[in-house]
Amino acid sequence: MAEMNIVEAINSAFHSEMEKDKDVILLGEDVGQDGGVFRATQGLLKTFGDGRVIDTPLSESGIVGAAFGMAIYGLKPIAEIQFDGFIYPAFNQIISHVARIRNRSRGKYHAQMVIRAPYSGGIHAPEHHSESMEALYIHTPGIKVVIPSTPYDAKGLLIASIRDSDPVMFLEPKKIYRAFKQEVPEESYAIPLEKARVEVEGSDATVISWGSMMAQCRTAVAELQKQGKNIELIDLRSLSPIDEATIINSVKKTGRVVVVQEAPRTLGLASEIISIINDHALLSLEAPVVRVTGFDTVFPLAKLENYYLPNAKRIVKGIEWVLNY
Amino acid sequence: MPEKIVGKFEVKYFQIMDENSKIDEKLLPKLGKATLKEMYSAMVLARKFDEQALKLQRQGRIGTYASHQGQEASQIGSVFAFTNREWIFPSFRENAALISLGVPMHLLYAYWGGDERGSRTPDKFRDFPVSIPVGSQPIHAVGAAWAAKLKGTDEAMVVYFGDGATSEGDFHEAMNFAGVFKVPVVFICQNNQYAISVPREKQTASETLAQKAIAYGFEGVQVDGNDVFAVYRATREALEKAKAGKGPTMIECITYRLQDHTTADDASRYRSKEEVEKWKSREPLKRFENYLLKEGIITQNDIEKIASDSVKKVGKAVDDYEAMPSPQPTDMFDFLFAKLPFRLSEQRAYLEQVAKEESKNG
Repeated sequence: MAEMNIVEAINSAFHSEMEKDKDVILLGEDVGQDGGVFRATQGLLKTFGDGRVIDTPLSESGIVGAAFGMAIYGLKPIAEIQFDGFIYPAFNQIISHVARIRNRSRGKYHAQMVIRAPYSGGIHAPEHHSESMEALYIHTPGIKVVIPSTPYDAKGLLIASIRDSDPVMFLEPKKIYRAFKQEVPEESYAIPLEKARVEVEGSDATVISWGSMMAQCRTAVAELQKQGKNIELIDLRSLSPIDEATIINSVKKTGRVVVVQEAPRTLGLASEIISIINDHALLSLEAPVVRVTGFDTVFPLAKLENYYLPNAKRIVKGIEWVLNY
Repeated sequence: MPEKIVGKFEVKYFQIMDENSKIDEKLLPKLGKATLKEMYSAMVLARKFDEQALKLQRQGRIGTYASHQGQEASQIGSVFAFTNREWIFPSFRENAALISLGVPMHLLYAYWGGDERGSRTPDKFRDFPVSIPVGSQPIHAVGAAWAAKLKGTDEAMVVYFGDGATSEGDFHEAMNFAGVFKVPVVFICQNNQYAISVPREKQTASETLAQKAIAYGFEGVQVDGNDVFAVYRATREALEKAKAGKGPTMIECITYRLQDHTTADDASRYRSKEEVEKWKSREPLKRFENYLLKEGIITQNDIEKIASDSVKKVGKAVDDYEAMPSPQPTDMFDFLFAKLPFRLSEQRAYLEQVAKEESKNG
């Protein structure tokens, strides 16, 4: 075991899985010689060569479309898009082809591929480097969506995504890429997709979140613990398909729920979670479900970024509101 | 049926002032001494702005910044060919072009400092905001040029982008539309040899970038992008052609990014010191300065005076930037729509309340 942060855990996942399976290859802008702009692919070119770690021309549609063709032919490509905000030229490929091929070929073909991108805000980056657009992919039938929030999960979920026979959007919360270290096994291991993780058990209320918002939720939950409140904290990890059972069981236990998402408020995953609760656990609720979210605005540049981002204070307030209802 | 050649092409390259500041008199554009001095001053100012920006970034006074050092001739040579009837569509590395157009430098610092007001230039400038998604803006210039043509104005569009942009689909769509509709647009490709770490030869198998224009039915020309005269001449000819209704041109400026891609990059990971040194010896500012000195257009005193004036102007721009009052948190709502929808007004009120409660942005 070694201590790793999220970027190192992702790098470790590539090393161990590419070692095991020769069909796994990496392609994207600056992933080879430069080791990726966040260094997630550092050292891989040297170990696996330029036939498996490929610096591509600057073309997101090209990267995803070519990865799709490779997947159809039998490779297991991992396509890196350098920043979440640059993914849109590849949308036609993702939505019209990657997500649909199994269905439209009635199972003759499938796209075993991962599309990775650093995601969400908080690092005072330039324009188009900070958005949280996971809802676009969750809304797209045929593609899975995974967002880790710990180093251990990052490695295990990435390996599960590589091994999954369906395409996975793997979004990496860049704000917490290097936030903390955790014991991570050197060897390969997979964490099943479609399973949330109850990070803190509690009985007074449930907080559900994912990605870098988990860091704010941890602070908020610890804060309330000091006041004697036992808050259950769930890290969703797999956003699509979502682990309904873990959500419902927790709601039945606590009756009070806060969902925290960095993304804009309207039609975010938080809205869907509330629908799931309505469908399966409405009568267990002791208070309306509260959402603490980003705003329905364009993600602001650095000077206003921290006003946009939900923080521990706003989350504590939300939890107190459901507790006192 | 005999085989025959149905297409042939050639790409012109020219240089007017070589690395040793030697001039090809035949090609030298006729520019007055005052203009030459102005051009030089603009290049020095842009260089000082850039050096200061790198310092500000290191001190945490602006955010991630993309340096244009080494590309001043490509940008300023082309802007000086404008006739005041042009619109400019910049990518994120065009501060030198914007500075030479007179865009207030404190606004440029504000943009890189993470303040949207930096993109709000005074109305007199025909400039589109900086486009960060690579290769996304050439088609905007084409659309605007097409509109100018349909409306019968005498305006032309100039769009700047890099070698990496030529791999994006949007770039090719822009080129195709420009050719098909024969619009008054000039594509200025600053081929600075790298798209972050990926060298030009891995970006395309084409021998030149300029030849891509030929595939779309119009002229592509390659120039020494560190030669301010060559860039000026190519741009002037392209603009005259555009305004005469003879359609678009693509100019490939061969240049070099002397600094990292941005302050978040470390170029030593992918290019050698020797290579950088080689290009430093070809850099545009010194080359132009040597020529002007040799011709007696400027003196050593002028050089010192221009440098110190530029440092002062840049210092003033930093002061003006840092004296700007903080943006209001609610600005993120107030420029979203012409009229704020009711549902958003609730979110705006919530933000107003929490912003008051929360300590200052940190």
